[in-house]
Amino acid sequence: MEPMASQWTEAPHSMGTTIMAVEYDGGVILGADSRTTTGVYVANRASDKITQLTDNVYLCRSGSAADSQVVSDYVRYFLNQHTIQLGRPSTVKTAGTLVKELSYQNKSFLETGLIVAGWDKYDGGSVYGIPLGGTMLRLPFATGGSGSSYLYGFLDQAWKPDMTHEEAEKLVVKSIALAIARDGASGGVVRTVTVNEQGVERKFHAGDKLPLFYEEIAPRPSPLRAH
Amino acid sequence: MTSIGTGYDLSVTTFSPDGRVFQVEYASKAVDNSGTVVGIRCKDGVVLGVEKLISSKMLLEGSNRRIHAVDRHAGMAMAGLASDGRQIVTKARGEASNYRSFYGEEVPIGELCDRVAHYAHLCTLYWWLRPFGSSAILGGYDRDGPQLYMIEPSGVAYRYFGAAVGKGRQAAKTEIEKLNLTDMTCRQGVIAVAKIIYGVHDEAKDKAFELEMSWICDESNREHQRVNPSSFLAPLSISSFHSTTYVAF
Repeated sequence: MEPMASQWTEAPHSMGTTIMAVEYDGGVILGADSRTTTGVYVANRASDKITQLTDNVYLCRSGSAADSQVVSDYVRYFLNQHTIQLGRPSTVKTAGTLVKELSYQNKSFLETGLIVAGWDKYDGGSVYGIPLGGTMLRLPFATGGSGSSYLYGFLDQAWKPDMTHEEAEKLVVKSIALAIARDGASGGVVRTVTVNEQGVERKFHAGDKLPLFYEEIAPRPSPLRAH
Repeated sequence: MTSIGTGYDLSVTTFSPDGRVFQVEYASKAVDNSGTVVGIRCKDGVVLGVEKLISSKMLLEGSNRRIHAVDRHAGMAMAGLASDGRQIVTKARGEASNYRSFYGEEVPIGELCDRVAHYAHLCTLYWWLRPFGSSAILGGYDRDGPQLYMIEPSGVAYRYFGAAVGKGRQAAKTEIEKLNLTDMTCRQGVIAVAKIIYGVHDEAKDKAFELEMSWICDESNREHQRVNPSSFLAPLSISSFHSTTYVAF
């Protein structure tokens, strides 16, 4: 007789996830939800899926948590060496190329969809989408993870070029919130990171402060707090 | 100026008592005795020029090239032993291509120079290798603008706005210093380099020579291209040049 809890204690950590990155006039904004699951159990409800690669380049991770962490560790290491050798910050394109090489050359072992985004002085803000197979595509905006399926139609209509920082941030938060509403594997809070010439800014958008959509019920004080 | 390194000059892995590695210095001699090679960095690009001494009238014009493209955005002019120079170019091409594959971008010229210099230095560390008997003048145009570097047999490399090696380097350097490179375009630079090379060529000691030139500038769309200076020479009279010389492209 099998032990009952096997499925949700032994399943690998997966980040169901919704991730996205958007170019705006002067930089990029990366956004992600914060739910990490092992099967149906939420292993971490406040994870940080936006990882730093260099001072000016960040990475959104989705898919297998382990795979995406290992890839990001390798790329951070290579970029660090590269920056020292070159004597100047690496470009976003270089970061994307390294991520792409690892994803493509190890495609049979890895299961991770990544978005590389950042700012450099040659190309300004850039977003590179690197999905499962190891394609690399520079895009004005990119989405990934299981929750991204619910965003295609929305973004087709809502995205426009040359947005300001405020417009872009609103778009990112609304998109992730919409995905969280419909995708069981995405949830928690919305984290955003803005990267531009001036530097980096991290923001936190609390789960209970996110906009509500069709048929969603407003959060109530948690019974756990009642005493 | 040079001293005999009796006993201390037999191997590249031997220092002399005054801290010199004679084999490396002797390698530089090979460069000093070759045809002059000149490179200048103008405001919109880099110009390279080589005084290719012709050993035989049987040689086909334009053969035995001394300037080679390393990547789309970089070129190298070699002085010294031609076959050693060829090897350095091959190495540089490999590094440039490798960088492109790995990092997804064209190699920054400074990084390319570092890699070539590292390799040249490597060959001065082991007794079973010998130093390269050739200097490379590397000219390129990357996202940080046009740059000129020179890599010597010892592995030392510096960045220059004007560089010359070979027989006529002293006279060439004097001429380069007179130029106002910050305001000069590559079009003007090509004429200047051609004049310098014709000027330093020793008619008495060396008979015929071929002038080989290249540039990499805004006008060439930042690509390394060979140039035929005679096509730029309309305002100048051709008779001001010696009749035994050829202009190659």
